[in-house]
Amino acid sequence: MATIAIAVDDRQKRPRPRTRVLEDERWLAFALLLPTAVLLGLFIAYPFVKGVLLSLSADRVGVSGGFVGLANFDKIWNDSIFRTAVWNTFWYTGVTTVFKLFLGLWLALLLNRHFKGKAYIRAAILLPFIIPTVLSTFAWKWMFDPTFSVINWALFKLGLITGRINWLGDPDLAMTSIIIVNIWRGVPFFAISLLAGLQTISPELQEAAAIDGAKPWKRFWYVTWPLLLPVTMVVVLFSVIQTFADFQLVYVMTGGGPANATHLFATYAYQIGIGTGLLSEGAAISLAMFPFLLLIVIVQLLYIRRVETR
Amino acid sequence: MRRITRRELLQATGGGAAVAKTGGLAAILATGRAPAYAQTTQIHWLKWNDFVPAGDQLLRRQLLGEAEKALGIKINLETIGLNDLQARVTAAIQSQSGADITMAFNNNAQLYAESCVDVSDVCEELAASQGGFYDLAKAQSHDGRKWVAVPYCIIGAMVAYRKSWFDEIGVTTFPETWEAYREAGRKLKARGRPIGQSLGHTVGDAPAFCYPLMWSFGGREVEADGKTVKLNSKETIESVKFMTAFWKEAHDEGGLAWDDSNNNRAFLSGTISSTLNGASIYIEALRKPDQYKTDSGAQMRTDILHAPLPRGAHGQFGVHPFQNHMVMGYSKNQKAAKEFLRWFHSPAVYEKWFVVQKGFATGPTRSWENHKVWDEDPVMAPYRVAGRLGLVYGHAGPAGQKAAEVLSKYIIVDMYAKAVQGMSAEDAVKWAEAEVKKVYGTGA
Repeated sequence: MATIAIAVDDRQKRPRPRTRVLEDERWLAFALLLPTAVLLGLFIAYPFVKGVLLSLSADRVGVSGGFVGLANFDKIWNDSIFRTAVWNTFWYTGVTTVFKLFLGLWLALLLNRHFKGKAYIRAAILLPFIIPTVLSTFAWKWMFDPTFSVINWALFKLGLITGRINWLGDPDLAMTSIIIVNIWRGVPFFAISLLAGLQTISPELQEAAAIDGAKPWKRFWYVTWPLLLPVTMVVVLFSVIQTFADFQLVYVMTGGGPANATHLFATYAYQIGIGTGLLSEGAAISLAMFPFLLLIVIVQLLYIRRVETR
Repeated sequence: MRRITRRELLQATGGGAAVAKTGGLAAILATGRAPAYAQTTQIHWLKWNDFVPAGDQLLRRQLLGEAEKALGIKINLETIGLNDLQARVTAAIQSQSGADITMAFNNNAQLYAESCVDVSDVCEELAASQGGFYDLAKAQSHDGRKWVAVPYCIIGAMVAYRKSWFDEIGVTTFPETWEAYREAGRKLKARGRPIGQSLGHTVGDAPAFCYPLMWSFGGREVEADGKTVKLNSKETIESVKFMTAFWKEAHDEGGLAWDDSNNNRAFLSGTISSTLNGASIYIEALRKPDQYKTDSGAQMRTDILHAPLPRGAHGQFGVHPFQNHMVMGYSKNQKAAKEFLRWFHSPAVYEKWFVVQKGFATGPTRSWENHKVWDEDPVMAPYRVAGRLGLVYGHAGPAGQKAAEVLSKYIIVDMYAKAVQGMSAEDAVKWAEAEVKKVYGTGA
């Protein structure tokens, strides 16, 4: 009889079925992941799938055009403006990323030192990143204005130029101008992220290297840089993705001109999808970014994994 | 205090006589419908921020109130930047919700023809009572089957120029031919007063200059059939060669990066001698006479005149930016929206708006040419007939989807921009024709 009584007690204490399900780690993991999965599904997967379907159709604004397979991709492949936009995007992303990395790293190393007013300087450094891009880009647009450029004025007053520099009217200078603005905006992100990485490196390692007679450059190259590399790779990854898909900066400064010299994937997709109403072709231009970005992401993630498992 | 019973409350909150007759709130609840008498139809009207702010002020402070009294329709007016209109209308059509009435620019309404309500009844009434629409208004608002938008206004594009500076080089009337304009511009640039013209990616000034230049030399993107691409011709190449030399000799070369507002600022600050524009430069100089002065200290408004673009061997042309209003197909207030547009374009109402525009916007129908506003200021007189002289993008073909695509890709503008940047005229035209052929589906 005693055995039976114990069995009854156990049954009474056993959790309800719902709770029992969550005791299973697989179901618990599923339940915990569900909100994130729903959010990602709604705001990432759905628009992506919708974009893919759109790019395979002949839809215009308000008009369903039916399935056309890869016709839109074929059309843009033979479009010289698209090819210009592809080249521009790679050039723009490559040059800005290199400069942002070096300048950001340099700034981070400086900010990692102890000096008076450090907290204020660190906060001020973030300003270009905090100000809404459209707002700061308008200010830059004025500074590069062909007629009223304050940069030209300053260079002229310093006796460095005798005529105007046509910043946004010359194709090469226009590209240089948008690159400068992107670097200005992106350096703080690199600097602050790398600074966070630097602060996780124990000063004892530096001290030990210094005691062993390592000069500053050797200490950086053999101690700091290897430890900072995983953070750097993640920062570069984020930056490349954002820069590759940049829109507002170019849209405000040049609209893709002069003569398409500064069109990127996103600005050209906007021009075709919204300006011309060819939604499907605009979607195809946007999606053409995807394989490039995917490749970049895969290479970088593999590299990060290799570095982390060393 | 007397207690109110539940039944008394229901009867009392029924309100007006009509509802009281049917049994008050209880009856309303029983029908499951809101009482129609208590609702004011609301219409959401989306348009650009008028370049003449007085126009929007008049709407907000006076006309929309009058509309509510006259029609029982409350208008919620929303104004946004010109360049944002297309993004808004695209989002609205795709999501099937948004403004009931939306403004379109140039031939954009043709892009959305399938999503617009047929407004032929409104347009035909207006045409019959106001002397008929100009050809350019019809070409951009009628898709061949129906009126897809109600023409709103034409913004005349004329050359604004500094009379005294032209006088100083011995040019006392504005040059009538392109060659004469080039010669005048050469002398002006030598004096540090170049012509200012945008060749950038901007919706207004750049195409409004390039297309008429091409047409006046005999060039065209497509024949009247709307299929035969005819851009790569001797005439187009000539126009590009002319522009390349004209640019270097007479223009402010910063214009490659200009948007639609740069030339206004450059003109008003005295750095350029002439530019193709709406009347906004002159109107701004009128508005702030003591801010904008000439070198001699006189008010700049006294030194500004307007003239149409010069003529070429094949004629004199112009493109005048045009606006119309679409009643959206997804709107639940289509009838009220049409009623409002009909009311707004009635002569007594439209005249109030037309007058405050001071000639910046001209009416889309011919009767507005005869308004006394044109006699008040001779400087504005050239704009009077803008609607009559204007052609539409895509000429000699129709102003449809294909023309809109060529325009929005800035192919014609870039053809000139590439040439002034150093590409040979032949190569620039060849490039442009290949792009235009892709648009018209005739292969590269």
